[in-house]
Amino acid sequence: MSTFFQNARVASANNGQLPPEAQPWVEKYRPKSMNEIASQEQAVQVLKKALTSNNLPHLLFYGPPGTGKTSTILALARELFGPELIRSRVLELNASDERGIQIVREKVKNFARTTVTATVDDYPCPPYKIIILDEADSMTTDAQSALRRTMETYSKTTRFCLVCNYVSRIIEPLTSRCAKFRFKPLPIEKLKERIAMVCEQEGVQIEPEATSTLIKASNGDLRKAIMFLQSGAKLHAGEKIVASSINEMAGIVPPEVMSSLTAAWYSTEYQEISKIVNEVMNAGFSAEQILSQMHDHLVTDGDLSAYKKAKISLVLGEVDLCLINGADEHLQILNLMLKAADIVTH
Amino acid sequence: MSLWADKYRPQSLDKLTYHNDLSAHLKKMAHSGDFPHMLFYGPPGAGKKTRIAAVLREIYGPGVERLKVDQRQFVTPSNRKLDLNIVSSNYHMELNPSDVGMYDRAVVQDLIKEVAQTQQIDANAKHRFKIIVINEADELSREAQAGLRRTMEKYMTNLRIILCCNSTSKIISPIRSRCLLVRVARPSEGEIDDAMQAVAKKENFSLPHELCVKIADDSDRNLRKALLTLEATKVQEPNLAQVQKIVKTDWEIEIGNIADLIIAEQNPNRVLLVRTRMYELISRCIPSSLIIKNLAFDLANKVDRRLRSGIIEHAAIYEHRLRTGNKDIFHLEAFVARVMSLIKRHQMEKNS
Ligand SMILES: Nc1ncnc2c1ncn2[C@@H]1O[C@H](COP(=O)(O)OP(=O)(O)OP(=O)(O)O)[C@@H](O)[C@H]1O
Ligand SMILES: [Mg+2]
Repeated sequence: MSTFFQNARVASANNGQLPPEAQPWVEKYRPKSMNEIASQEQAVQVLKKALTSNNLPHLLFYGPPGTGKTSTILALARELFGPELIRSRVLELNASDERGIQIVREKVKNFARTTVTATVDDYPCPPYKIIILDEADSMTTDAQSALRRTMETYSKTTRFCLVCNYVSRIIEPLTSRCAKFRFKPLPIEKLKERIAMVCEQEGVQIEPEATSTLIKASNGDLRKAIMFLQSGAKLHAGEKIVASSINEMAGIVPPEVMSSLTAAWYSTEYQEISKIVNEVMNAGFSAEQILSQMHDHLVTDGDLSAYKKAKISLVLGEVDLCLINGADEHLQILNLMLKAADIVTH
Repeated sequence: MSLWADKYRPQSLDKLTYHNDLSAHLKKMAHSGDFPHMLFYGPPGAGKKTRIAAVLREIYGPGVERLKVDQRQFVTPSNRKLDLNIVSSNYHMELNPSDVGMYDRAVVQDLIKEVAQTQQIDANAKHRFKIIVINEADELSREAQAGLRRTMEKYMTNLRIILCCNSTSKIISPIRSRCLLVRVARPSEGEIDDAMQAVAKKENFSLPHELCVKIADDSDRNLRKALLTLEATKVQEPNLAQVQKIVKTDWEIEIGNIADLIIAEQNPNRVLLVRTRMYELISRCIPSSLIIKNLAFDLANKVDRRLRSGIIEHAAIYEHRLRTGNKDIFHLEAFVARVMSLIKRHQMEKNS
């Protein structure tokens, strides 16, 4: 047995204090209360009512990564029960836990069995427990079906909160039992606000242009925005963060590379096109990212006819599917480029 | 005797010879107290693993190089026992999902969480957190990736993850949202030249410039491949000044031969012949998707220009099917038959 495993003692999640410079900002700036949640007004408004009433429906949060789903439910639980009671009142099961049918049933049963009476001062402590099923879209349909019964059995004493990215992956009988909240990508204004807030607190300097790049690159994902900010701050220690480093961190393909690709649409030479594709692939750019930026270009391009744009879009869609299924990026991008060139030059 | 490609692998960030900006960037990250989860991506032979190893060393010092291999046992949800060899140092651990196959989710759930829930007590350790390096992260199943999500957040004090993969397309978006992306491009041909010359110097032989350029050119900027070719060439002909032809790997030559077979004749017998030849390649563990890809590129360079995009189109189609289907040879063969029909039709049109 290596010391890697031995030299260790059990630690609980993120316990203990890290020195401030060692703290990841994404965790440092995770909202602690409902008031700190940026945007997501609909969810916040409804959930705040739960703080004053004794009731709460089952909940379903869905939306893209880094929009505050996990943070919101944790903040709610904290405000309802306080830091102590939360341990006995809230059960979090996420995709890192084994969530087969049997196990979920067992865990829920054990957790929900004991009745709740204890309260603490300063917190509403309503008479129910909360079970958070985070990342619920990675549960099998069978496990989800089994959950239906479980939810009903314990509905007197427990509230479920399902959290996922894709609501379409949750079976209908479950979604229909929950109050649904869509977590939207954070709007530009809110992102700006949060970025400014973090910059001020951490003493980070950033070029105004880099801020807009940051906002664009994070695409409504606040976690990303904060992480890029921290990495950028380290990279430029003491100096201003510039746009190009944000782009690189976000994996964005530089404009000059994109225009070399789109310019090749006007070529009829296989060798020329395959050479450029080879360059781009050797540089390691992600095919998916290329696709998405190509799409942006296509939408705004002023030279191509609508008909040609539509035809290229069709190809983009097909290639995207293949990539998602794990097809070879080089072949796919080369094929895409040849087809696009064929459409453009005919 | 280790291969030159391994023997002369630079150990520290300072010794890496290319992408100096990136090295400097990583160095700054390594020395600041905090370190984000990272996702290294880039084509094969770009030097990702070397760079990751150098980062680990920068963070923890030479202690990370004292590696041990442990046998760990896992019980899968279906109660199967699973033995796994794990390479680790006091500070980090490496994981290759391909070693675990379909049970990667169980491994992520158990092993990584176990590590995540324990912390260093080595008081001298520079950091509270340990690092888990997951190679070939794009081979991780979606379930296994999902299993990483909360762990990456909840246990950030104790654990940082470095993922290494060829492409980010197969990494689910919530994981990408949690990682800093680090792109490692292949070195330029000039940088490959330099690296080969440096090895030649250490091995005490002189490497003629033309040969060096030839190898660099042939390697398609894959540094590992260039070094392997250099070594193989040197073994075959110790007097490099006399080398006429650089050594190519057998399978590459074979793919060239198969392309020639396809171009020379198009009929059912030929399909059959090509099929046996491809079977041999598969049995020598050449990945089918690599076969299709290289065959397509080779064919495209050899046929009439009007046939080229058709060949690439079908290579893209059949390579994709190969991923979603389960019997590789069907799709390889279908591709070959398709290409033959393209060639044949083209010839008939030309003659009529
Ligand atoms: N609406 C928000 N208000 C304030 N901070 C936010 C918000 N959304 C995201 N964040 C920031 O991003 C981090 C991650 O957010 P969170 O864990 O809630 O995302 P999530 O929606 O659960 O994402 P995933 O789908 O990837 O699990 C938080 O720690 C916080 O710093
Ligand atoms: Mg979450």
